[in-house]
Amino acid sequence: MRLRARARYRGGRRVTDTDYEKLATDAGLERVGARAPLGAYLKELWERRHFAYTLARFRIQATMSENRLGLGWIVIRPIFTAIIFGTIFGVIMSSESRPDNFVPFLVVGVFIFEFFSKSFSAGAKSITSNASLVRSLNFPRMLLPIAAVIQQVFELVPIIAVMTLIIVGFGEPITWAWLLVPVILALMTMFNLGIALISARLTVHLRDVTQIIPLLTRILFYSSGIFYSLEQVLKDKPPWLLKLVELNPIHDFITLVRAQMVTGNEASPLMWWVVIGSSLSMLIIGVIFFWRAEERYGRD
Amino acid sequence: MTEAPTAPPKLGAPIVVANDVHVEYRTHASGKALANGGSLFKRQKGIRVVHALKGVSFEVREGESIGVIGHNGSGKSTLMRTIAGLTTATQGAVYASSRPALLGVNAALIPDLSGEKNVLLGALAMGHSKAAAEEQYEDIVEFSGLSEFIDLPMKTYSSGMQARLRFSIAVSRDHQILLVDEALAVGDKAFRDKSEQRIRDLREQAGTVFLVSHSMRSILDTCTRVLWIDHGNLKMDGDPKKVVKAYQASAKK
Repeated sequence: MRLRARARYRGGRRVTDTDYEKLATDAGLERVGARAPLGAYLKELWERRHFAYTLARFRIQATMSENRLGLGWIVIRPIFTAIIFGTIFGVIMSSESRPDNFVPFLVVGVFIFEFFSKSFSAGAKSITSNASLVRSLNFPRMLLPIAAVIQQVFELVPIIAVMTLIIVGFGEPITWAWLLVPVILALMTMFNLGIALISARLTVHLRDVTQIIPLLTRILFYSSGIFYSLEQVLKDKPPWLLKLVELNPIHDFITLVRAQMVTGNEASPLMWWVVIGSSLSMLIIGVIFFWRAEERYGRD
Repeated sequence: MTEAPTAPPKLGAPIVVANDVHVEYRTHASGKALANGGSLFKRQKGIRVVHALKGVSFEVREGESIGVIGHNGSGKSTLMRTIAGLTTATQGAVYASSRPALLGVNAALIPDLSGEKNVLLGALAMGHSKAAAEEQYEDIVEFSGLSEFIDLPMKTYSSGMQARLRFSIAVSRDHQILLVDEALAVGDKAFRDKSEQRIRDLREQAGTVFLVSHSMRSILDTCTRVLWIDHGNLKMDGDPKKVVKAYQASAKK
């Protein structure tokens, strides 16, 4: 075959009469960079899971070595947030809505919310901040937001340990119900991963998303009942308002953990349904939404 | 405008086929364009579309090694990234028998991490299993010749050292199609010789190599065919000596 002999040049541009499409199909070649079908994609993800796991581990080690306090910051940050809100709303502006066992109540709220907000912001940046990695190596891009969430899960371990110490220190009894906490956190991890995947793709399309995330996080912080009890605040309001609050998964994750660990807190069965439903649906929506744009991540 | 030379004899099956590949980047125009438009909508209009590739077609057969030349900004690196599947063509497509691997000169993989960690991550990302990545580690570091500095963060490396490490990671796996984008230019003489030898070895294992370079010497030394990319078009495709000569003649003008 003397294909190239047929090439001609016209106006500084090479034109040929070769049917390249046919040539490629005849030779059994596959289109490069084509998005794999979902099943194959998930299989490839699983095969390269060590990459996500190792990346998360190395990232933590890197932040640890950069700061003097290293790992300490993971715990110190939420403790400071809790102290600030505890001082303002527990001491200075103390009101009726202040729930019993305020310190354990507040600590659970702040610490669990931190898990969500950090996954959200780290997930959003996971593709754009790893541009050179994305541009130089081929791997399923979903590994990057997954690595970001895995990192948050690793960091959750010391956070939960400190949270438990504080709670026990303030006299909460250790009960069998505590065994449900890992289940709630596992569901929350699925939920966070879904959110991270969605925000990772949106950030690629529109960088402005990173500016909105702190605002959304703040709105969620105030509407999820971190330092006050929504149940007490809405006690005298129409009951549908409380139902509406209970449809906020983040509020439900926090309330469910409180219900297991802090006496005087109760969770309604509806919350379990909301938590299970939103975790599954967020994860599925997130995976599909992210996967559909797989071919785009290297271009922008 | 010269006639393309006839194909050299004994060529295998097609390995890479590019069919009318167009790539457009949307970039945010800065400076004047931004200063003029104050409003949000005007700014949206400030998006400029850069047509990096304007319909490139060619086919590459087994055993060929392709040199890619052209001035800066002509679209060579975009072409390489498109062949590697890292950038998707806006129109047209690239077909290949297996996923090509690209060796570029872009920044360090993860600058904050040490060379050691980048090697492991790179190997894992390329699809090595955990055991294989650990097994390959010694070979990669030895090939790079950077064992002294392997504990240091990659951001402290010189660009030559970064390129050496990336090259060593990429060639740790046998690739049927290897794209080398000026990755050799930054290395020193000894490393360049070693890498060129490695490229020749890869080619002997029925592999196909694309080499982007501004060094006509290394193009003439390693390639059996040359593509000249000019302003996003494939200007010439054929025998290395002829194409390089035409390119050099145009550069002098």
